Amino acid sequence: MSESGHETANVSRRNFLRTGGVLALGASLPGPWTARAAAQGGAGPLRLGFQVHRTGIGAVYGRWYDRTTAAAVKLINEKGGIAGRPVEIVAEDDGTDPKRGAEVVEKFATQHKVDFIFGTLFSHVVIASAPRAGELKIPYIVVSEGYHVASGRLNRYVFQPGITDVRAQVTAVAPWILKNLGNKVTLIFPDYAFGHDHRDFFSRVATGQGGAIRALIPIPPTETAFTKYFPRVPADTDVLYHVMVGPGVLTFVKEMGEHFGTKRPQIFGFVDSLEGVDLASPGLEFLEGTYFWEAFPRYTAAGAPAHVRSYRERVGVNDSGASVNDPKDVSTFSHMFGCWETLFVIKRAVEQSGYKKPGPADYKAFVETLEGFQSFAEGAEHPQGPKKFVGRLHQVFGQQVISKVDKRRFTVVHRTAIEDSMYPPEADYTKQPL
Amino acid sequence: MTRERRGLVLALHLAIIAVLAGLQLVLPPFHHGMVARIMVLAAYAIGYNLLLGYTGLMSLGHAMFFAAGMYGTGLTIHHLGAGVALGFLAGLVAGVVTAAVVGLITLKTVGPAFLIVTMMLAQAFYLATLYFNEVTMGDQGFILAGLHLDLGGHRFALANPAVKYNVGLGLFAICLLGSLWLVSSPVGRIFLALRENEERTRLLGYNTARYRLVAVVVSGLISALAGAAYTLLFSYVGSTFAGILYSIYPLLWTLLGGAGTTLGPLVGTLLMTYVVDVASGITTGYLIVVGAMLVVAVLWAPAGVVGGIRARWARWLP
Amino acid sequence: MTLGPHLLLALLEGTVGGLVLALTALGLSLVFGVMRIVNVAHGEFFMLGAIVAWYVSTTAGSFLVALLVAPLVVGAVAVTADRLVLRRIGYEPESTIVATIGLLYILQQVVLMTYGPYARPVAAPVYFRIDFPWFGYSGYKLIVAGAAGALLVLTWVALSRTTLGLYMRATQQDREMAQAFAVPVDRVYTTAFAVGAGLTAVAGALIVPVQQAHYLMGLDALLMSFVVVILGGLGSLRGTLVAAFVVGLSDGVVSVLFSPTLAKIVATLLVGLVLAVRGRGLFGEEGA
Repeated sequence: MSESGHETANVSRRNFLRTGGVLALGASLPGPWTARAAAQGGAGPLRLGFQVHRTGIGAVYGRWYDRTTAAAVKLINEKGGIAGRPVEIVAEDDGTDPKRGAEVVEKFATQHKVDFIFGTLFSHVVIASAPRAGELKIPYIVVSEGYHVASGRLNRYVFQPGITDVRAQVTAVAPWILKNLGNKVTLIFPDYAFGHDHRDFFSRVATGQGGAIRALIPIPPTETAFTKYFPRVPADTDVLYHVMVGPGVLTFVKEMGEHFGTKRPQIFGFVDSLEGVDLASPGLEFLEGTYFWEAFPRYTAAGAPAHVRSYRERVGVNDSGASVNDPKDVSTFSHMFGCWETLFVIKRAVEQSGYKKPGPADYKAFVETLEGFQSFAEGAEHPQGPKKFVGRLHQVFGQQVISKVDKRRFTVVHRTAIEDSMYPPEADYTKQPL
Repeated sequence: MTRERRGLVLALHLAIIAVLAGLQLVLPPFHHGMVARIMVLAAYAIGYNLLLGYTGLMSLGHAMFFAAGMYGTGLTIHHLGAGVALGFLAGLVAGVVTAAVVGLITLKTVGPAFLIVTMMLAQAFYLATLYFNEVTMGDQGFILAGLHLDLGGHRFALANPAVKYNVGLGLFAICLLGSLWLVSSPVGRIFLALRENEERTRLLGYNTARYRLVAVVVSGLISALAGAAYTLLFSYVGSTFAGILYSIYPLLWTLLGGAGTTLGPLVGTLLMTYVVDVASGITTGYLIVVGAMLVVAVLWAPAGVVGGIRARWARWLP
Repeated sequence: MTLGPHLLLALLEGTVGGLVLALTALGLSLVFGVMRIVNVAHGEFFMLGAIVAWYVSTTAGSFLVALLVAPLVVGAVAVTADRLVLRRIGYEPESTIVATIGLLYILQQVVLMTYGPYARPVAAPVYFRIDFPWFGYSGYKLIVAGAAGALLVLTWVALSRTTLGLYMRATQQDREMAQAFAVPVDRVYTTAFAVGAGLTAVAGALIVPVQQAHYLMGLDALLMSFVVVILGGLGSLRGTLVAAFVVGLSDGVVSVLFSPTLAKIVATLLVGLVLAVRGRGLFGEEGA
């Protein structure tokens, strides 16, 4: 790079380099941020590393994961902490990037020296981070909704005890769709992992129950204009099944409405498309009368139990699923509860296993205890509903909800049983060495 | 360059490698892992620098070379059950082939057009890794577990921090010394001539097309080496690494450290990685810090850190 | 849907897309041509235009006001960047790339921290649905196409009839000569940069009711603008227009016939190859 002959500012290059050098040197020496990394030894706070999407494409979820985690920790600490120790959250932004995710796992284990790592959502971050957690032999408890945990592709230190996975969700809703909406289904999905999971799992379950996949319409991940895809939907389609996610979703729905008008097939979507989005947004009028999968109903139903109301209050969400401070700030209600429930599972596992401090013996007890859990009752710790935990898969199963859009709100029309969502297990982590 | 200058330069580079080798004994575990990662990425930057700093071609598509190495290695190990050495070789071959194809396509392309063409080709490569997701597992990616190296009767697990560090160090050293040798050689001087004025170099009788091709291939090979190493040491293969951000990173590391200097890539990678790490511990808006740093560097240190040092005190630095 | 109507739909989409793309890319082309620099933050100006339009629509309640305010605000940001940074580094090509990458990061993060990570919509100022026998189509999109077209014509007229336009064309042709003729080159540069940013900001504002305003939306706009400008040829505004149409129309038509992701791969490769073969693009000048 050639040097510019322009007037330079007062800061001389030497000063700049010197400052840069000091910065680099300072970063390599132990500093104030490593002070609290001194080993605790079973006393002092229980430190949880929170891997969170503060920036990048997952930032909307990250924001609400943050708030839900803070609310859960506050409640836990009010009631005396975990095993009598206050809980301290150490958060690091993974930028929704797999490289940074893995670096952050390392940082948690080797620099912050936390007891456990939890959080994160996007699958590619989880998959890139899991090997590091396995190598560093520290439990990595994800809130990711991905099938990768139960698929056996990760390692024995990875758990997903707070949120159900896509395969279970699809397995649960497919029979209802075939029975109530029609059995000729066209799928529209993003042409990457999340979409492929829906394509594969739904096709498998549906064809096994007499359904027919009329067409598969993959949409490239960078697409911003969707009108040209709708002509591919065959005219005899009973049900249009869509799982578009990302910033283009509102465009997708709007253009879907513009294309079909009133002559539309039945439509079933996943609330992932609309997490963080107000149902009353302009352009979403077309969704009236369509159906959605939800994990945790965004709108409070009339007879909602006390623990649901109190959960909403603690997290700061109103009866329409938006922030109490700003009704335009809509939450990711069907995902963030995973953080809450995960933290309570960690609490139970620590207290039951007698875990004291990071180390092979304590971690072994923790892992084996967690693998031994069979169910979690619905209540203050598990407000979304009752759960079954399958130890060998390291994955939890729960109820799934089907809602209908009625007067710009979701109204629950069906709640599946936990067993409806359970698929034949394909892995067994308990057989792996620690 | 005089003989003693040459000796001095070599000694400096060897000293830096020695310092990096020695650092592993004193670094706390977190920084130990970070430096291992940085060395592999610095190798990537060295590959990039060969094209930008020495041949004068700015590319926005080097992620495809890095990813070629990554996928070449990862797919061979994952699907064909190959061992580490064979996988690594496959990664290098994939890199050379990709670079050769790109080099041939861009033989006559210069300036901004080269930037865009490489960016487009890399984007097509990225989309292809998503399209063929049955094989590549697309953006989700896949894990390579239990990698180990069998040398002289001993088994070295690549997940072991010491092994990771030294393998990274070894590959970095090869790239650093290799690039030093290349730029000091006659071929290297032709690269510099290409950078200064391609037209004139051709008029002087040199087959510029052939040298350009060599430059692209070597640059691509080193980038692929870094990609193969990254996947072996950090066990993950995914489409993200073929995306445009991973083409922007080596550009930033090289320019910040000093394009056209052999040590610039290492300095740039080290600086940027630590600035991001330190800043993200202080604020969520750490990218503002990074952005501001880039602007500041461009205003007051346009030749990069090492370039500035060279201009001020050490004109003999290669 | 049968082929005929499907192609009609693709043509409609392609025309709208092409016109918007032309408006988005025009600013980059202007900056390329007049100042000979690559502005990597160009997509972020597009994004800023969308975000500002959202803010103004939501607070002032008028989309028309948003359309006026967005280019002014973004133009001001551009002028600031030019004065503080670009002018000081003398518009040196490589340094400008680094500086604008820095600007990209700063703009993205600032928007993330203020506007947030959400993708927020704006109601179209005029909404109606055109009912073709085979499908429905958004009336607003046709209005956007019309508005983009009108702005392109306006820019054309300004460049060919006004003094400023004359100055810009002169600077683009030969900077030294223009200076010798007392053209205030420094101010022309700043104006070109601001106008370029303003044009793409309007495109972003126009598109907000169709897509949403999201802090990462600039990357795609940048990629597409790059493609169009280089394909059309450095320094040729006419080339930019033609290329925008070629890209917009082919994108729609090709995806009628092929799987979309595959179509995108083929399209991207084709652009790369065309450029490699004809380095100056479709209409570019020799040695541009």
